[in-house]
Amino acid sequence: MNTRSHYDVAIIGAGMSGLAAGIRLAHFGKKVCIFERHNATGGLNSFYSISGRKFDVGLHALTNFVRPGVKGTPLTKLLRQLRIDRAEFALCEQKQSRVVFGPNAETSLRFTNDFAVFENEIVTQFPKEIDGFRALVVAIKTYDDVSLDVAPISARAVVRTHIRNALLEDMLFCPVMYYGSAQEHDMEFGQFVIMFKALFLEGFARPFDGVRVILRVLLEKYRQAGGERRMKCGVRKISAHEGRATALILDTGEEITATHIISSIGAPETERLIGVATDATPLEAGRLSFVETISILNCQPAALGWGSDTIVFFNDSSRFDYACPTNALDTRSGVICLPNNFDYGDDRELSEGIFRVTCLARYDQWAPLAEESYQAQKIRCFAEVQRSARRFMPAVSDAVLAGATITTDMFTPRTITKFSGHIGGAIYGAPVKHRQGRTPLENVYLCGTDQGFLGIIGAMLSGISMANLHILQKN
Amino acid sequence: MTKDECKQVVLDIIADIAPDEDLSNVKPEVRLRDQLQLDSMDFLDIVMELRKRHSIEVPEADYQHLASLDSCAEYLTPKFIALAAKG
Repeated sequence: MNTRSHYDVAIIGAGMSGLAAGIRLAHFGKKVCIFERHNATGGLNSFYSISGRKFDVGLHALTNFVRPGVKGTPLTKLLRQLRIDRAEFALCEQKQSRVVFGPNAETSLRFTNDFAVFENEIVTQFPKEIDGFRALVVAIKTYDDVSLDVAPISARAVVRTHIRNALLEDMLFCPVMYYGSAQEHDMEFGQFVIMFKALFLEGFARPFDGVRVILRVLLEKYRQAGGERRMKCGVRKISAHEGRATALILDTGEEITATHIISSIGAPETERLIGVATDATPLEAGRLSFVETISILNCQPAALGWGSDTIVFFNDSSRFDYACPTNALDTRSGVICLPNNFDYGDDRELSEGIFRVTCLARYDQWAPLAEESYQAQKIRCFAEVQRSARRFMPAVSDAVLAGATITTDMFTPRTITKFSGHIGGAIYGAPVKHRQGRTPLENVYLCGTDQGFLGIIGAMLSGISMANLHILQKN
Repeated sequence: MTKDECKQVVLDIIADIAPDEDLSNVKPEVRLRDQLQLDSMDFLDIVMELRKRHSIEVPEADYQHLASLDSCAEYLTPKFIALAAKG
């Protein structure tokens, strides 16, 4: 065996989960290498530059924010496990966010990092539901959401035992689904619990410089711990013999051996590397994909009257329909993010205004388009997305917004596949999660989106948990 | 290695893995879990840091001996002494 290229652990993908797994393993003396096909780290949560301007992909806000001193939550566990001082992330809290429903934005529920604000909104606007809501919150708080072996139950069914009003039910599901559900219409209750806590019971924050601050911290920890990293170096195939992986074949044809393999690229994507037995049904890939429009403004959003909201989840229809659209785009619902509206302190603000809007989109209506039609569809959809979202914000005339806009960009399902490698632009991966991270091969484990801990903090905890469970606890 | 030194080794590890805990008043006879917010992930890290820093092995069946500082000292001090004698 060529010992030069043998690793204790090979990790596929340098996203949040792969990096977190790598830090743990390298810290405890494992010889680890992360293989990343892209030239950037971060996977789904990354950033790119166009003419000197940095655009974040993925991250609107870091969820799971708790203030110093609050213990036992995912953020605290993550910081401890990766030996990160919370000051390194330099998180700034959101101002406020809203869930706004109705064709004329009739019903609005405000929430902040103080849960009492949200509870009060329910008291005021859904007085008949407050007891049920409180009972639901108790059920959520007492649910063991990090257990690695529980039977899946329908979140819609559980929520309906407490909440009778369909509007409120949908208003609770909208943010939770948009920020992490890989399943259409419903969610597994454990996943709902993770996201409800992450969004409402904990909260939103962001480093001043966005996602790259978090990536920089992770990369530095990984490097200090002695981890290796190979960029622009995808894995083409996992070779196996008698139920065990024997080698990784890289895109270059180079062969790497490793005792353990952790794959963060998704369950169906990993299955493709392994190859499916002829008698087996391939794993189902996810269908939920997004577009996101990004407008760079020459002023702070506050100058347009958009200074209060950090994130706005909206829906104009009688029911909230979280599903793969029949057309290229569904603008009935979506998410607005104004990264300027985090509390960065009195003495600093982002140098430019940023207005981002996310809506559901359908991968196969984007993927096969020739370049010219693709660009034309982007322009058409950009206008539709913005028109829809602005109904839920204080009115700003077309002329004023156009005058304030310096430049725009947009990502589509095609971009998601390019950055994350997910089949079908499935932003949150496959609908069925694999809590134990098991694959058909005994020394290949999943981490990340398809393991099932959601959000950016969840992704990192997933990498940590799988490294602990399958490798560090074993010897 | 005395038992007090052994307790300090464990406290030093806890200080690094849980810097947000106040360790100034840890009572040696009381279970660590009952006075500090430590979960199973943190205990795994105590075990692994013992191995990494001091080459001390704690098999899973013996994790119970790490419950309090006193029990840590009872269990780990002989291991440190044995290791020193070998080295």
